[in-house]
Amino acid sequence: MIQFDRFSLANGLRVLVHEDHSTPMAVVNVLYDVGAKDESESKTGFAHLFEHLMFGGSVNVPSYDDPLQLAGGENNAFTTNDLTNYYCQLPAQNIETAFWLESDRMLSLAFSKKSLEVQRKVVCEEFKEHYINKPYGDVWFKMRELAYKVHPYKWQTIGKELSHIENAKIEDVKNFFFKHYRPSNAILVVAGDITTAQVKELAENWFGDIPAGEKYERNLPQEPKQTEPRRLEVKANVPLDAFYKCWHVGSRLDSTYYAMDLITEILGGGGSSRLYQALVKEKKLFSNIDCYHFGSTDAGLLAIEGKLVKGVKLQDAEKAVEEELTKIKNEQVSESELEKVKNKTESAIAFEDMSVMNRASSIAMYELLGDAQLMNTELSKYQQVTVADIQQLSNEIFDENNSNTLYYYAN
Amino acid sequence: MANRTIAPKIIDPVEFDLHLKPYEKKTLDNGIEVYAIDAGAEEVLQIEWVFFAGNWYEQQNMIAATTNFLLKNGTTSKTAFQISEHFEYYGAYLSRGCYNETSTITLHCLNKHIEELLPVVQELITDATFPEDELKLYKQNNKQRLSVNLKKCDFVANRHIDEYLFGIDHPYGKYSSAEAYDAVDRDQLKAFYDQFYRHGKCVLFVAGKIPANLFAQLNKYFGSLPLNNKALPEVAHPIVQSPNIGSPIRLSNDPDGVQGAVRMARPFPNRHHPDFLNVQVLNTLFGGFFGSRLMNNIREDKGYTYGIHSYLQNHIHSSAWMITTEAGKDVCDATVKEVYKEMKKLREKLVDDEELLLVKNFMMGSILGDLDGPFHIIGRWKNIILNDLDESYFYNSIRAIKSITPAELQELANKYLQPKEFYELVVV
Repeated sequence: MIQFDRFSLANGLRVLVHEDHSTPMAVVNVLYDVGAKDESESKTGFAHLFEHLMFGGSVNVPSYDDPLQLAGGENNAFTTNDLTNYYCQLPAQNIETAFWLESDRMLSLAFSKKSLEVQRKVVCEEFKEHYINKPYGDVWFKMRELAYKVHPYKWQTIGKELSHIENAKIEDVKNFFFKHYRPSNAILVVAGDITTAQVKELAENWFGDIPAGEKYERNLPQEPKQTEPRRLEVKANVPLDAFYKCWHVGSRLDSTYYAMDLITEILGGGGSSRLYQALVKEKKLFSNIDCYHFGSTDAGLLAIEGKLVKGVKLQDAEKAVEEELTKIKNEQVSESELEKVKNKTESAIAFEDMSVMNRASSIAMYELLGDAQLMNTELSKYQQVTVADIQQLSNEIFDENNSNTLYYYAN
Repeated sequence: MANRTIAPKIIDPVEFDLHLKPYEKKTLDNGIEVYAIDAGAEEVLQIEWVFFAGNWYEQQNMIAATTNFLLKNGTTSKTAFQISEHFEYYGAYLSRGCYNETSTITLHCLNKHIEELLPVVQELITDATFPEDELKLYKQNNKQRLSVNLKKCDFVANRHIDEYLFGIDHPYGKYSSAEAYDAVDRDQLKAFYDQFYRHGKCVLFVAGKIPANLFAQLNKYFGSLPLNNKALPEVAHPIVQSPNIGSPIRLSNDPDGVQGAVRMARPFPNRHHPDFLNVQVLNTLFGGFFGSRLMNNIREDKGYTYGIHSYLQNHIHSSAWMITTEAGKDVCDATVKEVYKEMKKLREKLVDDEELLLVKNFMMGSILGDLDGPFHIIGRWKNIILNDLDESYFYNSIRAIKSITPAELQELANKYLQPKEFYELVVV
C-alpha cells in the first residue's frame, strides 16, 4: 500500500504528500489538467509547446533550470493527450528551491519572445526527429484521424502539422497559460524525505497567494460509436510492408479497463504471447508483432501492429491476425494463461513502485482520475477479472465494425 | 508570504558526504563470485549472470550476439515457447544482452518465485540446443529489423563513428550486416556456447530484497557447474583508427532526410587513466547535462536540435569522448561550428566560480539521487568490478568533483578538446 496524506489550499490546489525516509531525496511533481485534447483543431501541438515554454523563465525567476541544478536537482516533463506533468528530484534539504520555482511558474511565466522563438524551433526538430525522419513515423497521425472523427484524440500531442507550431504567437501562449495553468487545475505531489507538516507550511507559503483563476470546465465532443470498418492504404519509402489495426475501447475509469489491459498482455505481451507465438514463430508471417493500448483517460484505442516478412501479402497477414482474434472470442482462455498475465501485472507494479519518482507521478495521475487511493486497489481489480470477462470483452472489442485498418506498403 | 525575488537558502550538495553502500560478497563452491546488495522495500530481485562471452571472444562477426540471444530459444527438455512461458507465468523477465568483453543473462522477478526460476536459468546455461529453425528465423527477422534501422540517420552514424575510432574488426567498432547474419552457422554457436558459457567465466550480481536462502539456492544450481576453471583465451584486438581524423565527413543516407545525425568523437583512455575522473567534470560542463555549454548554445539559444549530449564511452580497454545530436538538415554544419566554438571557449577562458559550483552541485545531487536504489547501487559496483577497480574509484570521483579547479579544467580542455583530434561526421 502506498501511504499518503491529502489536503487542499483555498485556491483549489490539491496537495498530496508521500513520506519515504529511506531516501535522501525529495520529489516534487506538478501535474496540470491539460493535454493535447484541450487544444483547438487549428492550433494543435500547443500543450506540448507550452510545456517547453514553462522552462523559459517565470515572472520572478529568469531561469528554472539553473537554480534547480545549483540545488543539486534534476527535472523533466512530458505532455500527453490528457495531461502535462512536471517533476523534479533534489536533495531533501533543498526542497524549498523546488517550491519557489514551481510556484513562481504557476503564478506567471515571463512570456519571453525569445523563448517562444527558440522553443518553436526545438519542437520542430523534435517533430522531425521522431515523426518525419523515421520510417513509419506518420502512422499514428493517419490512424488517429481514421479512428477519431470528432474527439480531439484525432491529433497527436506533438501537433497535427509543423505549421501549427511555427505559427504560434505570444498572445496564444498567454491565453493558454491563464486558461489552463491555474491552481484549481493543478495537483502537487511531494514525496521522499519530507513530512506532511513541512509540506503544509511550504505549500501555504509559496502557493497560497496564487489566484485561483477560473476553473477550466472541459466539454469535449464525444466520439460517436463507430458502426462500420474503416480502412486506409499508404505507400512510402520504407523497406517492409507493415500492418496496423486498432479498435475502440472504454475509458480509463471504465470497469472493463482491467480485462482490456490483460487482453493486450495475452495477445502481445512477450515471447509466450499468442500473436508472437502464432504469427512470428509458427506461421512466420510477421518479423515482429505487438499488441497494446493507449491508456488514455477518455475512451481509447487498442492496437495490433507488426512488420511483415518479405513476400507475405498484407491480406494474408490480416487473415492470420483475425484467426487469433476469433480464437480469443470463441474459446475461453485457460485459467493458467489468465494467471500468467495477472502475475505479470503484480510484478510490474512492484518494480514500478521501487522509484519514489514513479510513486509521486502515479499518485498525481490517480488523483487526476478522481482519487489517488485508486492506486492501492489496482492489483485487486486485476485479480478479479475472470476468463468469462476476457471472452465477453474480446467479443465486444474485436468487432469488424469497430475496427480501423492501415496497410502500409513499401514502395 | 514568501519573497519570490530571493532564492531560498540551499545547502550546497558539493559539501555532502556521499557513501556507496558496500556489497556483500560470497563465493560459490566452484569459485563464482557473487556480489550482493540487499536493500529497498519492494519484494523484488535482480540477478545478473555476467559471462566473459562478448564479441571480444568471437572468431567471426555476430557469433557472440547470436549465441547469447538464442540460448533462451530451446533446451533438450523445453522449446523456446515453453521457456518464455515459464518465466512469464511467474511475472518474471529473463533478458539477455551481448556487449564487448561480456554478455549477460538477467533475471527480474518477485523474490517469492525465485526457487521456480533458478533451475530454468541453469538449463539455459548448461543445456541450450540452438535449434536450426530458431536460428533461421532469428536471421530472417534480424535482417528485416536491420533494413528498417538502416533508414535512420542516427543508427547509421553510430556505426560509422565507432568504426572510425576503433576499426571495423575491433569489438568496439564492428557492427552487424545481412551478410554477417547469413554466415552464422549452428556449429559455431554450439562451440562458442560450450567454451564461453558452459565452461566459461562467470560473475554474479544480485540486488533487491534478498531472501535468506538465496545464496544456498545459487550454490545449489550454479555452484557445481564447470565454470571458472579454464583460463580465458588471451585475445588481442589492435585498434585501427581511421585516418580521416580532423576532417569533415558527410554521408547521405536518405535523400529525403530532414535531419542529420552529428557525431564528433576523439579517442580517450580508459577509467584507469589519471585524467578520466577529472574529465568527467569537464564533460558535464561541456555537454553532460541539460545546463551544459552545448545545450545552452545549440538547443536553448539557437534551437538547432531537440537535444545535444557529450559523454565518455563506457568501454573497458579504451574509451572515446563522444558528442552526439540530431539537428535540422540545414543547420548541421552550423551545429558543428558551434561545438568547436564551445571547445575554444573552454580552452581559452576559465570557467567562473558560479558556473562551476552549479556543475559540482548538480553532479553531487545527481549521484546522491542515484545511490539509494538496490539496482542503481549494484550497477555502480558492477561497473567498478568489471573494470578491475575498487571502491576508491567511487570516492575519487567524488573528490574530483569537489576539488577540481577552473585552471585544471582549462588545462584538460587544452589537452583534449582540440578539433584536429576529433572525427567529425554528419549523416543525413
